[in-house]
Amino acid sequence: MLTTLAAARSTRATRPGLSTTRVGAVIGRNVGALRSGPSYWIVLVSGFFEPLLYLLSIGVGVGALVGDLTAYGRTMPYAAFVAPAMLAVSAMTGALAETTFNVFFKLKYAKTYEAMLTTPVRPVEIAFGELTWATVRGSLYTAIFLGVMVALGLAPVGGALAAFPATILVSLAFGAVGLTISTLMRGWQDFDLLNTGQFAMFLFSGTFSPVQNYPAWMEVLIQVTPLYHAVELVRGLSLGVYGLGLLGHAAYLLVMLAAGLWFAARRMERLLCP
Amino acid sequence: MIFARDLVKRFGDFTAVNGIDVEVAPGEAFGFLGPNGAGKSSTMRMISCVSAPTSGELRILGMDPVRDGTRIRARLGVCPQLDHLDPDLTVRENLTTYARYFGLSRAEGRRRADELLDFVQLRDRAGSMVEPLSGGMKRRLTIARAMINEPDIVLLDEPTTGLDPQARHLLWERLFRLKQRGTTLVLTTHYMDEAEQLCDRLVVMDGGKIVAEGSPRSLIETYSTAEVVELRFPDGLDLNADYAAKMSGIGERVDPLPDRVLLYADDGDAALTEVHRRGLTPSSVLVRRSTLEDVFLHLTGRTLVD
Ligand SMILES: Nc1ncnc2c1ncn2[C@@H]1O[C@H](COP(=O)(O)OP(=O)(O)OP(=O)(O)O)[C@@H](O)[C@H]1O
Ligand SMILES: [Mg+2]
Repeated sequence: MLTTLAAARSTRATRPGLSTTRVGAVIGRNVGALRSGPSYWIVLVSGFFEPLLYLLSIGVGVGALVGDLTAYGRTMPYAAFVAPAMLAVSAMTGALAETTFNVFFKLKYAKTYEAMLTTPVRPVEIAFGELTWATVRGSLYTAIFLGVMVALGLAPVGGALAAFPATILVSLAFGAVGLTISTLMRGWQDFDLLNTGQFAMFLFSGTFSPVQNYPAWMEVLIQVTPLYHAVELVRGLSLGVYGLGLLGHAAYLLVMLAAGLWFAARRMERLLCP
Repeated sequence: MIFARDLVKRFGDFTAVNGIDVEVAPGEAFGFLGPNGAGKSSTMRMISCVSAPTSGELRILGMDPVRDGTRIRARLGVCPQLDHLDPDLTVRENLTTYARYFGLSRAEGRRRADELLDFVQLRDRAGSMVEPLSGGMKRRLTIARAMINEPDIVLLDEPTTGLDPQARHLLWERLFRLKQRGTTLVLTTHYMDEAEQLCDRLVVMDGGKIVAEGSPRSLIETYSTAEVVELRFPDGLDLNADYAAKMSGIGERVDPLPDRVLLYADDGDAALTEVHRRGLTPSSVLVRRSTLEDVFLHLTGRTLVD
């Protein structure tokens, strides 16, 4: 009965028996917020357009100057090379926007989670609920985006169907890491840092040109960062270029997901149950 | 219902709660009084199973908060010191969403939400967002929210701070009704009248420790006199301590406050006669019955001249 803080923390964070009802209630809260506040819709819609605008301006526009491109042992229009990358990016930004911006606000300002934790809901259930919601948002973006790709002839229907589950994994992985980031943020100024990191990944992760075009040291650096793996996985599946490498990329994202969730649940426990 | 023995809460090197013993019986209304920083909220957070004790024994509803936190919280209603209502939801949705966290069905959540909105007289604001509500309305909504799961114990951290007298009386009446239904109430407060109105038993905390315990009546009998004489002097601001010194020996105790001198005596009029006999001429005088406030001031350390 004599308890220490450490013991208390580990029991609450790691005990099995996650309640799906309570995870569902955490998600339900966001559905309610979507229904009641118009502001959420604006955020939701604007988040979708960014990758699409890049696809049109750079993929199609610059693509007209660049012409065809040879990668993965085949030749394709430049837009077809860029499109799967923008797809991976929209999975990333959709999930990250939710688990960083929105979760941080709820954590730090609205104290939404403090209210939740006076009920049977546990920190780990909050983490699962928010991640699921973020993934729904990311996947909504990618589903529409895939529709656009098929309509523009940038991906075959079969490729689009194969890539969709991969985009879900991308949302999950980035969402989980986003949750951890939210628990580490000190204030809004840290978002500048996050944005810069996200933008750097967006430019260099094999999005607009094959990574082999960069010097070797840069190529190695890029291969360590997560968006590269997301782009390669999604592009391989949507173009139908299969290989063992895809499993490696998927494994990278799975590890990201597991580690992100584990840290997030732990950090939330520490922040919210001092 | 609640049993704590030698309960300690530390934040780093700082000890917020320093070994308290508390026992609350079913149906009882129990209060924590104490100055700012006494450790009331820290104690309440441990009892609500959101903050683990650093050491000591704590049992709520016969269960261990660390092992059975989820099961205990299912039967608690918590009204924290600061209302953290959900700004993205309407008044009614704040209640229905909260009901879902307890695993209640949507229909049941809606039924209870409407009932509680009537209970705290917020029915006409059901569709409003939370932000435009007044402080008192938010407080009432927070209390309604704490009752959505029909809890066995309701924990209220300063339930009426910042409310106007009408809202306070409404809340007291609602809390009293809850108590009549057999709900155990645990509350913290800075208002002595609130403690006297609502609490069967209370403890006074100071510096993380319990310094007194008992019913409001018994605390007054133990720590104060039957009557108190309040004396104000025209030049009292700087000289109250001097005046108090001149009164030493009258009654049980003399206590100079910044704005007045309190003279504790069982017979206030006799004490006042003695004050005049010593040649002191206060500008205003009030002889009144002793209240919990006097106990509080005495126990939580104003400069005392005994
Ligand atoms: N999370 C925390 N980290 C560090 N110190 C804390 C934390 N929570 C409370 N404290 C400290 O513990 C002490 C007791 O705080 P607590 O909130 O329990 O007081 P209180 O009796 O509720 O006061 P008030 O009447 O002002 O609400 C304070 O000195 C406070 O600074
Ligand atoms: Mg407090």
